[in-house]
Amino acid sequence: MPAIEVSGLKKKYGDIQAVDGTSFSVDEGEVFSLLGPNGAGKTTTIEILEGLRNKDSGTAKVLGLDPWESGYELHKRIGVIPQGFKFLDYPTPREALSYYGALFGRKVDPDELLRRVILDDASNVWFQNLSGGQKQKLGMALSLVNDPQVVFLDEPTTGLDPQARRAVWEVVRKLKDEGRTVMLTTHYLEEAEELADRVAIMKHGKIVAMGTTAEIESKFGSGQRMVVKGGDDLLKYLRESTRLHAEGGAGSITIFLRDKSDAMVALGAIEESGAAWEDLTVRRDSLEDVFLKLVGEGGSIEKGVE
Amino acid sequence: MGFSLSRMVSDLKIYGKSSLRSREGFFFTLVFPIILILLFGAIFSGGGASQSTVYVQNHDTGPVGATFISALNSTSNYCSTSSGAGLCMRPVPADLNFSQYLSSKSASDGIIIPANFSLAFESGQKVNVTVFGNPSSTASAVVSGIVAEVVNGFNLHGATGVHQVGITPRTAVSSNYKYIDFLVPGLVGFAALTSPMFAMVNISSTYRRDKVFKLLSLTPLTKTEWLLSKIIWYVGTTAVSFMLMAAVGVYAFGAHIALNWGIGIFLVLGPFFFVSLGMLVGSVSNTPEAASVVGNLVTFPMMFLSGTFFPVSSMPKYLQGIAHVLPLYYMIDGLNEVMIYGNFGAAYFDMAVLLGISVVVFALAVRFFRWRED
Repeated sequence: MPAIEVSGLKKKYGDIQAVDGTSFSVDEGEVFSLLGPNGAGKTTTIEILEGLRNKDSGTAKVLGLDPWESGYELHKRIGVIPQGFKFLDYPTPREALSYYGALFGRKVDPDELLRRVILDDASNVWFQNLSGGQKQKLGMALSLVNDPQVVFLDEPTTGLDPQARRAVWEVVRKLKDEGRTVMLTTHYLEEAEELADRVAIMKHGKIVAMGTTAEIESKFGSGQRMVVKGGDDLLKYLRESTRLHAEGGAGSITIFLRDKSDAMVALGAIEESGAAWEDLTVRRDSLEDVFLKLVGEGGSIEKGVE
Repeated sequence: MGFSLSRMVSDLKIYGKSSLRSREGFFFTLVFPIILILLFGAIFSGGGASQSTVYVQNHDTGPVGATFISALNSTSNYCSTSSGAGLCMRPVPADLNFSQYLSSKSASDGIIIPANFSLAFESGQKVNVTVFGNPSSTASAVVSGIVAEVVNGFNLHGATGVHQVGITPRTAVSSNYKYIDFLVPGLVGFAALTSPMFAMVNISSTYRRDKVFKLLSLTPLTKTEWLLSKIIWYVGTTAVSFMLMAAVGVYAFGAHIALNWGIGIFLVLGPFFFVSLGMLVGSVSNTPEAASVVGNLVTFPMMFLSGTFFPVSSMPKYLQGIAHVLPLYYMIDGLNEVMIYGNFGAAYFDMAVLLGISVVVFALAVRFFRWRED
């Protein structure tokens, strides 16, 4: 049985169709990432799965339970960090963990949990005085209090500095090693590539691509390309004397390669043209290229580190 | 889901710790009540001597009683002056029961001139006027001083020149209440209103904004447990406020407070109601701004019209009518009844009203406040 199963999920806010018929499933022990620009419907999707929002139609099952109807049961078995995790201003991480443990009726060792999320150096600092990364790590520690089978992380590293982000990644990898299922939303490509077994790219409430990053790259990417710096005379020669598909402009020419022989033909033609050229490279579409292609250049994607 | 005492206690512990660590929480629980009582106590209790009314009942049909009264009037009659200290003599018809009349006016100062006053005085017999007063009241001391002066004058000019007219002192059934006596229950009510109301309206919007409600909804904690823990906390802070205010009232301003279990009931019911009301207001408002506006609309009329700073009975009739629909009125009226008059009969009614509306508002608050969204 998959840990998470979603089919035909829909949710509308007023006139805005936030989630528009998404379907996917996540296996036990898998790290699954919803990737998309702001407003793509990632948070709505994850909040429906957490039982924090009701759906309009479709089905959503987490550990076989309907999150909205059986939220109270489900919450004992899942861990959640809401987007932009905040807590009361004055408790310390240790107090917060003891409190959570008491609510779940579990004996917890706050110090052990704090060590696991690498926050043991700030165990007695008031929440309001913690840094953004430390707050986020406390959120992760709290989500682990009930030893959850599935952990939902909604943009866990948004707004964090690179070091804090890597520390959070470290914890996510540990969760995977412990065999927990992790569902993660992010608008950082790098994060999805680093952590996720599979990725679903969302746009306007729909999933536009899904699979491992390699699968997505090969399916939606353009394959191998040869890029070379050269003028219009070179582009003209390539188009006239070969059957290769070439595009150019602003002093750069891209030749799309279907196979190895295309590469040999292109190289030969460039040499034969007699035109000036330099900086020849061969590359493949990255997840970022695919992402930009799928969600559009204006998709307010945030690349790498802020 | 069920109810879990241990979850509620855990929530109470973390909320209490948080509140005490926050400067506002500390201020409103411990400092603000003392400032309030010191401020209002100093403004209204300092300088003391204000006009007091003395009720005079003349049973004498002869001329001497009337002379005695006009002598009193000439000594000190300030009924017409709006400002200034002094006594105001008010005649009481001879056929009324004087003690009952005094208590119906919540007054303690009065004078009775006996029926045989003229006869006895003219025939040289000894005769006493009765002076009602509250031994602990400064106003009563002034009254008996003035009466003694007039009596002395009569004795000097009397037929025999001996101490013919005497004074029979009597303690009035109803004691004379000072402003500070009303101020302590009023300000306790004020604290029971403002601290929980403002806190809950604020919590309802900040917890929603910061998604703390969502976070809590992901735990086994129930809304009822959460709200009860807030109620218990504010019952505690209100009790602390009460103790501080009562101590300052008694030791700094000489307030008279009867300590009894009735006070405890109101110290529980008041915060119970206002925590629930604050949460209800926050829950039915869609935005933090709306919550704050509605909160203020509900809070401010109650703050001033429920007998917090002035006894409701001293307000104009139409405002008294408004006061009677304000929940805080029933807390303060009840506290007045048990702390000042020891009148539990009236207090039971106030308790019943408060309990009734508290249960209803609590149920509505739990019903309307949502952890999560549709």
